[in-house]
Amino acid sequence: MAGEASHPGFLLTTMQKGVNWTRTRSMWPATFGLACCAIEMMATGAAHNDLGRFGMEVFRASPRQADLMIVAGRVSQKMAPVLRQIYDQMAEPKWVISMGACASTGGMFNNYALVQGVDQVVPVDIYVPGCPPGPQSLMHGILTLQDKIMAGEIRRSTGVV
Amino acid sequence: MSGDTGKDKPAQKPPSPAAPSLPPTEGDTGGRDKASLSASERRRTHDLWVAGTEEPEWVATATDEGAQEILPADIDPAVAGQRGVAVLDDYVSDSTVSPEERQILNLGPQHPATHGVLRLQLEMEGETIRRVKPIIGYLHTGMEKTAETLTYMQGGTNVTRMDYLAPLHNELCFSLAVEQLLDVEIPERAAAIRILMTELNRVSSHLLWIATFGLDIGALSMMLYAWREREAVLAFFEAVTGLRMNHHYIRPGGVAADLPAGWEDEVEEIIEVVRRGLEDYETLLNENPIFVERTHGVGVITPAEARAYGVTGANARAAGIDYDVRKIFPYSGIDQYEFEVVTGSHGDAYDRYEVRMGEMRQSLSIVEQVLETMPPGDYRSEDRKVTPPPRQRIDESMEALIHHFKIFTSGFDVPEGEVYQAVESPRGELGMHLVSKGGPKPWRLHVRAPSFAIVQALPVMLTDLMVADVIATLASVDPVLGDVDR
Amino acid sequence: MSEGVVLLASLQPTLAAIESATPITFTPRSGPTQVILEVPGQDYVALVTAVRDAGYETFIDLCGVDHLGRDPRFDVVVNLLSVEHRERVLIKVGVENDDPTIPTISEIYAGANFYERETWDLFGIVFEGHPDLTRLLMPDEWEGHPLRKDFGLGSIPVEFKATR
Repeated sequence: MAGEASHPGFLLTTMQKGVNWTRTRSMWPATFGLACCAIEMMATGAAHNDLGRFGMEVFRASPRQADLMIVAGRVSQKMAPVLRQIYDQMAEPKWVISMGACASTGGMFNNYALVQGVDQVVPVDIYVPGCPPGPQSLMHGILTLQDKIMAGEIRRSTGVV
Repeated sequence: MSGDTGKDKPAQKPPSPAAPSLPPTEGDTGGRDKASLSASERRRTHDLWVAGTEEPEWVATATDEGAQEILPADIDPAVAGQRGVAVLDDYVSDSTVSPEERQILNLGPQHPATHGVLRLQLEMEGETIRRVKPIIGYLHTGMEKTAETLTYMQGGTNVTRMDYLAPLHNELCFSLAVEQLLDVEIPERAAAIRILMTELNRVSSHLLWIATFGLDIGALSMMLYAWREREAVLAFFEAVTGLRMNHHYIRPGGVAADLPAGWEDEVEEIIEVVRRGLEDYETLLNENPIFVERTHGVGVITPAEARAYGVTGANARAAGIDYDVRKIFPYSGIDQYEFEVVTGSHGDAYDRYEVRMGEMRQSLSIVEQVLETMPPGDYRSEDRKVTPPPRQRIDESMEALIHHFKIFTSGFDVPEGEVYQAVESPRGELGMHLVSKGGPKPWRLHVRAPSFAIVQALPVMLTDLMVADVIATLASVDPVLGDVDR
Repeated sequence: MSEGVVLLASLQPTLAAIESATPITFTPRSGPTQVILEVPGQDYVALVTAVRDAGYETFIDLCGVDHLGRDPRFDVVVNLLSVEHRERVLIKVGVENDDPTIPTISEIYAGANFYERETWDLFGIVFEGHPDLTRLLMPDEWEGHPLRKDFGLGSIPVEFKATR
């Protein structure tokens, strides 16, 4: 079911499912658009492919107010500590989508300048392939993340729920 | 993964059960436990550490860029450049403000309105900007180094991701530079297709610019309206090239594939839809008092400064410099189409807006002319050393198979030489300096990015403005950080 | 040949003007659409000043090229434009490998500032007299100059499951 090692009982698992459901509704992304993928991320938020139907069209500039970080673009060596700092400032629960080939593995730029995959710096929940991934791919990634949260597969926060 | 990179990657440390170390601040608390900290010290702790996450020790100092950051005015060696007085001494100094009232504000690199990962350090007296130091390099991808490892056929994939809002222009510049060295003839249809695609790319880039410009000024609905028109153009690009962005469509020798059947109707629809959209935007913005207040006289650059800093494109034309690469150094047959070069006179943000709106209309008129006069013929040159043969020829002819193999594995050789090729991208003069030593890969590819020049000229435009004008100016000059950092 | 080729002949008046303005040696070569002037290091600043006074007031580009195995090893290429003459000119100067130093032109063209910093960052060519010669694209404590031919690409071996 929810995949926990200990079984907290019927009441708590139902509440857990409810909490998971609420967490997937209206996840606010933090603006972390770096390069070309940022343009496709903006296109996903625009009217044609509407992220607003998931309550996600508000991209919060402040990481304190966001719970999803979509790393959209190539992460250079200079940018990596900044990325980590932004991630650390987000409050739990938080998730990371690595959007595009450059964020997932360094993409076509296997060289001195890029961090080869943003999972070297932050823990990643969903990788979205593409160069750049179209809005439909990104939305599929977001919906997969929502499924994973609802199924209880991602739980990093400590505590009861 | 082990690697031979020249720098340690910031690896993730395992979560430590002990209290995280505090960043070095004045009155460093050292290793004392949290209970014994005073209230203000605990507040400082919570500024950087949130319960449940661990912050590795290096983060607090790793974002410090050391010598690249702005220094206090009495010891900074490059104050003249930061005050924007290197060309014209129009600095307004106010001796009534004491040095203690100055503060340095750090804008970026993660900021919703810096159009990418640009970091600006502003020294301000109250709300007035006194010195500006841009720090770039947060998107440096080593593309010029990567270009030396890719063949000329593959080079387009690398180059197209530099200025990611106008990928076809990058590809066109690269292809033209290679063709100059190769000395190969491009058929008329290929040249016309290139112009069609690049002018539509200019339209889509300016639409994105107007969307983000409006968004930053406060006209939030511009974001939604302009993206709607942009989707029409991107759908056409997807039909022709297979991708919405980063197409790798324009290659040395011609273009990758012919236009699909029915393209004329799609293009006519795009022209109609975008024209209607442009009218809507002008109704929304042209006489909007807030928009006018925020852009009239804001972010002025004079022609002398534009020339000294190498600012080209719409930013220079808004200042009054009549320079358009398409008119002065025409390429790919663009001189057979009639269009005007739109210029402004004040060099402020409002003129830049007017110039770009005019440019969109001119580009649509060029697209209309291409639509009417598209010549029949080949979409790429017949020279089989450069362009791969058609698919069914490979089944029939051994020679075609060998050509295909050679082009896609080791690549075609380009004669020795050094050439500079420029095109007019939506940001200005995009140039590529290509040095070839006769092999299948470039010896050196240097890209002259138009946004690099404008970021360098930011102090000129931003000093003596208010902080709110910084955002308006930055949005109006349309920098693309992929271009700046490469 | 591509369209818009400017032949060397039409540039002769400009070259004559430059030549008469300053008695220095340069070697004009014609590229496909621009003139390339090669000049020895000591005449570099004088030539750039003369070209600017001849009407080439728009600074376009400054880049370095590493010809490993050649002496001088590096080239610095300055690209200038004259809108009124409708011409470009490239000025190339060679820079030695041991102690790669040339004078700065950021006093002549304010725009050369960032370009020279970038060339220092990526090639290690020192520009004497530059006000702020620090890293521009790489992090501050980076070691090495990435675009030199002896600095490797820095790629990491990509693992595939099949190779295990």
